Amino acid sequence: MTASRGDPRGRPPGTAPRGERRGGLSGPVLLRAEGVAKAFGGVQALDGCTVDVTRGSITGLIGPNGSGKTTLFNVITGYERPDSGDVYLDGRKITNARPQQVFAAGIGRTFQLTRIFPRLTVMENMLVAAQHTGLRVRNPLARAGGPADRRRAMELLEFTGIASHAGALAETLSYGQRKLLELAYVLVADPAIVLLDEPAGGVNPSLIHHITGRIRELNAAGKTFLIVEHNMDFVMGLCGHIAVLDYGTVVATGPPEIIREDPRVLDAYLGMAEDDDDAAER
Amino acid sequence: MTVLARGGRPPRNLPGGPALRRAGLAVVLLAACGFPLVFTNQQVASIGVDTLIFVTAAAAWNVFSGFSGYISLGHAVFFGSGAYAAGVAARDWHITGPAEFALLPLAAVVAAAIAVPFGLVALRVRRHTFVVITIAIFFIFQLMAFNLSFTGGTIGLNAPFLLWGPVAFNQRFFYIALAIAVATIGLSWLIRRSRFGLQLRAIRDDEDRASGLGVRAMPVKLAAFVISAFVTGMIGAVWFFFIGQVQPQTGFDPIFDLTVALMAFLGGLGTAAGPVLGALILEPAQQYLTQQVSNSYLSQILLGAVFLLVILLLPRGLIPTAGEKITSWQARRRQAVAARSSDEAVLAAPDRLGADQRPRGGVR
Repeated sequence: MTASRGDPRGRPPGTAPRGERRGGLSGPVLLRAEGVAKAFGGVQALDGCTVDVTRGSITGLIGPNGSGKTTLFNVITGYERPDSGDVYLDGRKITNARPQQVFAAGIGRTFQLTRIFPRLTVMENMLVAAQHTGLRVRNPLARAGGPADRRRAMELLEFTGIASHAGALAETLSYGQRKLLELAYVLVADPAIVLLDEPAGGVNPSLIHHITGRIRELNAAGKTFLIVEHNMDFVMGLCGHIAVLDYGTVVATGPPEIIREDPRVLDAYLGMAEDDDDAAER
Repeated sequence: MTVLARGGRPPRNLPGGPALRRAGLAVVLLAACGFPLVFTNQQVASIGVDTLIFVTAAAAWNVFSGFSGYISLGHAVFFGSGAYAAGVAARDWHITGPAEFALLPLAAVVAAAIAVPFGLVALRVRRHTFVVITIAIFFIFQLMAFNLSFTGGTIGLNAPFLLWGPVAFNQRFFYIALAIAVATIGLSWLIRRSRFGLQLRAIRDDEDRASGLGVRAMPVKLAAFVISAFVTGMIGAVWFFFIGQVQPQTGFDPIFDLTVALMAFLGGLGTAAGPVLGALILEPAQQYLTQQVSNSYLSQILLGAVFLLVILLLPRGLIPTAGEKITSWQARRRQAVAARSSDEAVLAAPDRLGADQRPRGGVR
C-alpha cells in the first residue's frame, strides 16, 4: 500500500483546498454528527460524539474495537436512534430519519460484514438501489430497471471490475467481489456521501489497492467519503482528515501526519497495537 | 468458476430459449383447456377443479410468502373469509343461481380488507414470530366463524344452488378456476420481474439492507400481503360455490395453510412456476388418496411426511434444483468443448496460449 506516498496527502485533484487541515470545521460541512450519545444497556457506545465531514473530503474514522465507530454509522444512517444529539446532512437535520429516508437524502453506506442480496443476481442487486429515484407513479408491473438504470448499473459494475458477473447470483461471488458489489450498488443512486465500514477488512493487498484506486477516482469526481477502517496504511494513505474515536467520544481530529503523532491517539489506539496488521482483529 | 459465472444466466431459470418456453406454455395451456373435455368422469373432473383451486391458492401465497420470505400460515383466513363473504352476501341479498359469481370480486375485496389490519399487526415482526402471529390470527378467525351470529355457527353456510347437470357443473367450474389460475400465475410472473417484485425479493434476502437502499419495506410487504389475500379470497369463494357449503373447520382449515406452503416449497419457493408445479403434483395425489382409501388421515400423514422429505432433500424446491443441475451440466459441457478446442490451439500455436487463455480482469 504505497501507491499514495508522495502525493500531497488526501487532497484529490480538482477539489478546493479549504481549511480542512486545521480540523475540518472551516470547510463547507456536508455531514455533521453533533453530540451524539447512544447507550446499549449499561454500555455507553457513543458519548457526546461530534464528527464533521467536509464536502469533497475523504474522512477517516478510526478507533479501537468497541469505540463506537459502527454505532455512529448506524445512528447516521437511521439504523439506530440516538439517545441525544443530532445528525445534519448539508445543514438539514436528519436525526431519527429511517434508513430509506437517509438513503434518499443522499447518504449511502456499506456494512462491515458485507451485506448483499445473495439470491438476486448481481445486476438485480444494483437495480434495488436504483429504484429510490422512481418517486413518480409509474406502471407498478413494468419490468424492474429501465434501460437507463441498467446502463448506469453496468457502468458501475465495469468501474468496480465485476461486470462479467452481472448475470450471476450474488451468492456465487467471492468475499472480495461482494465488497466491490456493495461499493457499486451504493453508488447507483449517486449519493452525496458514501460511508464505508471497513472496506479493506479481510481482503487481499491487491484488492485493497484496487479499492483505494476506485475511491480516489470517485473522490476526484467530487464524491465525499467517510471511512471506518482498521488498516492504518489504508487510512493514512487515503484520508485527508481523520477523527479518532475512543470510548464513544472524539479524542483527536486532524490530518494523518498530525494524528500519527498525537499522544492521545497513540495511547488510545496505535500504542496498544504497534503492528498494523490488525485486519485480523475484525 | 469464472466460466460458469460468465455464462450470464442465473441458474434459477429453466434453460431453453424464449421460443421454446412459449411453446411449452402453449402446450400446457391447451392441455389444461382440453382436460374437462377428455375426462368427463365425475371424480376425475372434480379433482381437476380442486387442483386448479390449489394452483391459484399456492401461486397467490407465493406472491407474498415466496417473494418476501415471510412465511404465512394464516392464509386460510383469506380463503375462509372469501367463502364466508360470498355465503353471507348470497344469503342476505337472496342471490340465487349463476348470479352468485358476481360476488367473487366482493369476496376478494373483503379478504383484501382483512389483510390490511392483519398485515399492519403481523408484518411488524419477522421470521418465527411472524409465523406464530399468523397462526394465532388464523385461530381467532376460526373461532369467530364458530361464534359470530351471522356465520351460521357450526352448521356454516350453504351456497346458492346451481341447476347445472353434473358434467356441465364440473366443466364450468373447471374453466372458471382455470381462468383465475392463469390470471394469478400471470400476475405473479409480472410481479416477480417488476420493481415491486425486486423490492420484495430484496426484503427476503436482507430487509435492513434493502431499506438502507431506499426500499420502503412496510408498504411493499403490505401491498404484497393484500394482493395475495385478494386472490386467495376470490378462490375461496369459488371453492365454496363448488363444494356448496362451508363450515368453520373447512373454510378456516389449518391443513389448507400447510398444504399451500408445502406446494410452494416442493415446487420452488419464490419462483413463479414452482408453486404451480407443487400444486399440480400434490393436490391430485391427495385427492386420489382420499377417494381411494376413504381415510383422510392417511393423506394428512403423507402430507406431513412429504413436507419433511422436501425440507430435508429439496430445500430449494424442484424447479430451482432442476435449474441448477441443468446449468451445471451445460457449464461442464461448455468447459469440455473449451478444453478440447484449447488442446487443438496448443497443438496449432503453442506460443500464443498464455495471453489468450488467462482469465481476464476479474478480481477474485
